[in-house]
Amino acid sequence: MKTALYASAAAVALAAFGTTSAFAQSRDTIQIAGSSTVLPFSSIVAEEFGATFPEFRTPVVGSGGTGGGFRQFCEGVGDNTIDIANASRPIRDSEREACLANGVNDIREIQFGFDGIVFASSANGGDFALTPAQLFKAIAAKVPVNGELVDNPYTNWSEIDASLPNQPIALAIPASNHGTREVFQEKVITPGALASELPEGLSAEEKTAVETTFRQDVVVEIAGDYTETLARLTADPNTVGVFGLSFYDQNRDTLKVAVIDGVTPSLETVAAGQYPVSRPLYFYVKGEHLGVIPGLAEFTEYFLSDGISGNGGILEGAGLIPQPAEVTAEVLAAFQQ
Amino acid sequence: MTDTTLSAAERRKLVRDGLARRHLNERLFRTFGIVAICLALGFVALLFTDVLRKGIPAFTQSNLHLEVTFDPELLKIDAAPVRAAGQSDADFRSARLGWERQVAMLNWNTIIEAGLRDAAPAGFEIESRQLLTISESDARHRIRQLFVNDPDLLGQTISVDLLASANTDNWIKGNINRDLGDAQQQLSAPARALIDIFEQDGTITQGFAWSLFTNVDSRSAPASAGLLGALMGTFWMMLIVIVLAVPIGVGSAIYLEEFAPKSRLTDLIEVNINNLAAVPSIVFGLLGAAVFINWFRLPLSAPLAGGLVLTLMTLPTIIIATRAALKGVSPALRQAALGMGASRTQMVFHHVLPVTFPSILTATIIGVAQAMGETAPLLLIGMNAFVASVPGTPIEQATALPVQIYLWQGNENRNFFEARTSAAILVLLGFMITLNAIAIFLRSRLEKRA
Repeated sequence: MKTALYASAAAVALAAFGTTSAFAQSRDTIQIAGSSTVLPFSSIVAEEFGATFPEFRTPVVGSGGTGGGFRQFCEGVGDNTIDIANASRPIRDSEREACLANGVNDIREIQFGFDGIVFASSANGGDFALTPAQLFKAIAAKVPVNGELVDNPYTNWSEIDASLPNQPIALAIPASNHGTREVFQEKVITPGALASELPEGLSAEEKTAVETTFRQDVVVEIAGDYTETLARLTADPNTVGVFGLSFYDQNRDTLKVAVIDGVTPSLETVAAGQYPVSRPLYFYVKGEHLGVIPGLAEFTEYFLSDGISGNGGILEGAGLIPQPAEVTAEVLAAFQQ
Repeated sequence: MTDTTLSAAERRKLVRDGLARRHLNERLFRTFGIVAICLALGFVALLFTDVLRKGIPAFTQSNLHLEVTFDPELLKIDAAPVRAAGQSDADFRSARLGWERQVAMLNWNTIIEAGLRDAAPAGFEIESRQLLTISESDARHRIRQLFVNDPDLLGQTISVDLLASANTDNWIKGNINRDLGDAQQQLSAPARALIDIFEQDGTITQGFAWSLFTNVDSRSAPASAGLLGALMGTFWMMLIVIVLAVPIGVGSAIYLEEFAPKSRLTDLIEVNINNLAAVPSIVFGLLGAAVFINWFRLPLSAPLAGGLVLTLMTLPTIIIATRAALKGVSPALRQAALGMGASRTQMVFHHVLPVTFPSILTATIIGVAQAMGETAPLLLIGMNAFVASVPGTPIEQATALPVQIYLWQGNENRNFFEARTSAAILVLLGFMITLNAIAIFLRSRLEKRA
């Protein structure tokens, strides 16, 4: 019994020692976190990078949403902070300030492609051909009726427009921790509000309030990932959910996509700029870690290479919409300075 | 007391009147008990059937048998560097790395494409891209690795077993509705037709899904996604939990029970330990993130940090169970030892502890099993990251078995990963049942001996 006690004491001491000696070592694995939209792309590149470059370890990719990624990214410089933040929107000024305050001065923005945001409903449900104005009328808490703002009176899509299916309005949209939400607001709801002729004489604040206040009864905000949105749709087939184009693409057997402004979302229509609800995807590299964490520069360059994010590259197969080669060249040049 | 004034006959009547009612109550309670048990068993059975129904198909997987030719026409590559006399280790290694880099840049898909075309019936028309969707995208790394290990393969034809892609597997198993039109299918019509031909002529066969246990997680090649990384992460964490929680837990329980003076302070400690055991695990995760990650600066998503958090969670369980076991030891044993002149330490370690050993062991195993299934605290210390390597030490990034289930549950290829998720659940359940069985077995064995 005594020996067992000594042995465990020794083991504890050893574990404690092992821990402290580990700190001194520099990290040799690239650490990435952020947007769940970028996560699949980033993970694929990480795996390919690990398989292609025998001298570097496979980067580790975490999630947490764009905002969560920037929070970790801006915690400071050093082994214990992440090297790359994935983002589905550009960094905000407030986030940049937080970075500066913690000594992260060299933030390098990498734009690597586009993603479409689609509205999809159950494959067995009705067909949707929507406009931003109709979506605004479905989602806003207060809508203009006969030139006056009233509490949203619509319960069925067909009440908004006769061309829409006669089914109850139910929407599952990304919560504000997702970068997708901002794009959704900017590219759909705000233009939708503009198109639905708000009464004149509203102050700027009142206008913003109308644009950003959603109905609580029919709108569900999803903080998790798209699988959660999909589960909502399965539970209530009347729900219309907001998805990334690549997620929809992999689940075409259960989902049906809505046409927006007469354009069906697809790789082609987003790449051509016809589909209105698309956004560039980014990742941000911590300049201070270049040359410290092995492979960080190589990973970035590999990510932007033609075989990965270019036309016909691996990421296109996974649903990324490639950006023009000139844009990639510019981004790469800016990074390498 | 009015009862005493009742006559015997009156009393008997009172009892008899109440009898029917009491019997009814008894019958009602028994029925309620049986219904409750049936409901509980029913729910468990429902859960297990669902997991088994979804999970068992994922233990078999579609394999692709191909003849691939390392065609020198397609693979334009210098000969592998040979170590020259007098060349230093470092020089040779850098030359070798340079060559491997060159090999990695070759388009290995052309080799696989040629192999697939050879296997297809003569004249079968299909585009290159569609053809390649049949095999999993990691095939080119597998083939390349074969070549790196043996550069003499250039010009030779060998037969290899590759994984069919996740979408191929879905199509064969009927995970995707085969009646849907082209627009809703993941694979193109020629690819689907070719898969059916391959399945009939034996090019594609179903085999046990070894990749589930021998591979790490993968997003670029979903069919090759496995649990090895998660299993190793869980192994490291459990090692830390056992090494730390058992000695600390048993030690503090012995001190509190046998040595500590009974005072308000020890009472307070006891109450707090009981409270700790009831604290939700997510709170331990928040604590771990604040203390271990931000303050002690332990690496993110490392099993070390995870193991420490789980240790904190397991400690109260072990302390409470050990104390209960110690309390159960008859005072006569203690008094006899002390009476023979043993010191308190001797009394505890020579006489009391050996008797309680079976219970302590059981408590430990159950505590560890509980820790193994814990997910929430691990999410908060970054263990939900995508890690595509096997952690060789507890300070390397890793994920854990239950977290892997959570991650697969969120994968966008629903048709494929729904089954994989259930398979991972079955693996985790298998571990739990094994651990609990060991606990029961050891207890019955050791108790008999004691």
